[in-house]
Amino acid sequence: MPSSLIIQIGLWAMTGLVLVSAVLVVVLGNLFRAALSLGLVLVGVAGLFILLEAEFLAFVQILIYVGAILTLVVFAIMLTARLHTPPTRTTVRQQLPASVAALVLFVLLNLATQSLAQSAEPAETRVSLAQLGRELITTLVLPFEVISLLFVAAMVGAIAVASSKAQAPSA
Amino acid sequence: MMPVRHLLVVSCALFSLGIFGVLTRRNAIAILLAIELILNAASLNFVLFSRLFGDPQAQAFALFIIALAACEATVGLAIVIGLYRTAKTVFTDQVNLLRG
Repeated sequence: MPSSLIIQIGLWAMTGLVLVSAVLVVVLGNLFRAALSLGLVLVGVAGLFILLEAEFLAFVQILIYVGAILTLVVFAIMLTARLHTPPTRTTVRQQLPASVAALVLFVLLNLATQSLAQSAEPAETRVSLAQLGRELITTLVLPFEVISLLFVAAMVGAIAVASSKAQAPSA
Repeated sequence: MMPVRHLLVVSCALFSLGIFGVLTRRNAIAILLAIELILNAASLNFVLFSRLFGDPQAQAFALFIIALAACEATVGLAIVIGLYRTAKTVFTDQVNLLRG
């Protein structure tokens, strides 16, 4: 790993970015701003990927998530925007029980993963892109093909669901 | 020395925030945004342990998570748009088309 001070600074910066914008994603009343905060979360996670020396995944994350999925979400928000112009009561549902549940879950997950942090020495060599590609066409070729099939099915299904001709006549 | 503990806490926090968002949000698109947070927590864990153990399969599964997230977002948003067209709302607690 390169010089550890830069790693530390980058780690804390990315962590702060991810956590602050993740909170904004779930509390902001304005949905458009929440989506933009999600973009910040995704960029922050991509930064963490780079710090973990998984550059390819970081680029995929930015290309697919920020480039494609977020654009899609923003389009969907704009298409359905007419109804949430009063942004006041978007997040008022069962806030207290939900925060208790999320907090308990957070503590439980932390306790459960506590023991995993023992072996803190990383492997000597990082995972190279060539290794990843070889894995995808040998051991993991079945999941890869299944994902491809799923992707086609999802796209066809999305078009079928969203196309205006497929609508049932009764509203 | 790797910041394993640190990143595990970040990932747990992302996951819990996603759960919180799913539980509190009324708007279906906002719920989808929270689900993206959950998926990101999972893929962050995959990449972390891929680096820790030097295993390329974990990175491959992080890739699969990103592909699955793309599928989920497309289908989810298509459903939301279809819902908006038929039920004239995107608030999940106002959708009662199936109520007998």
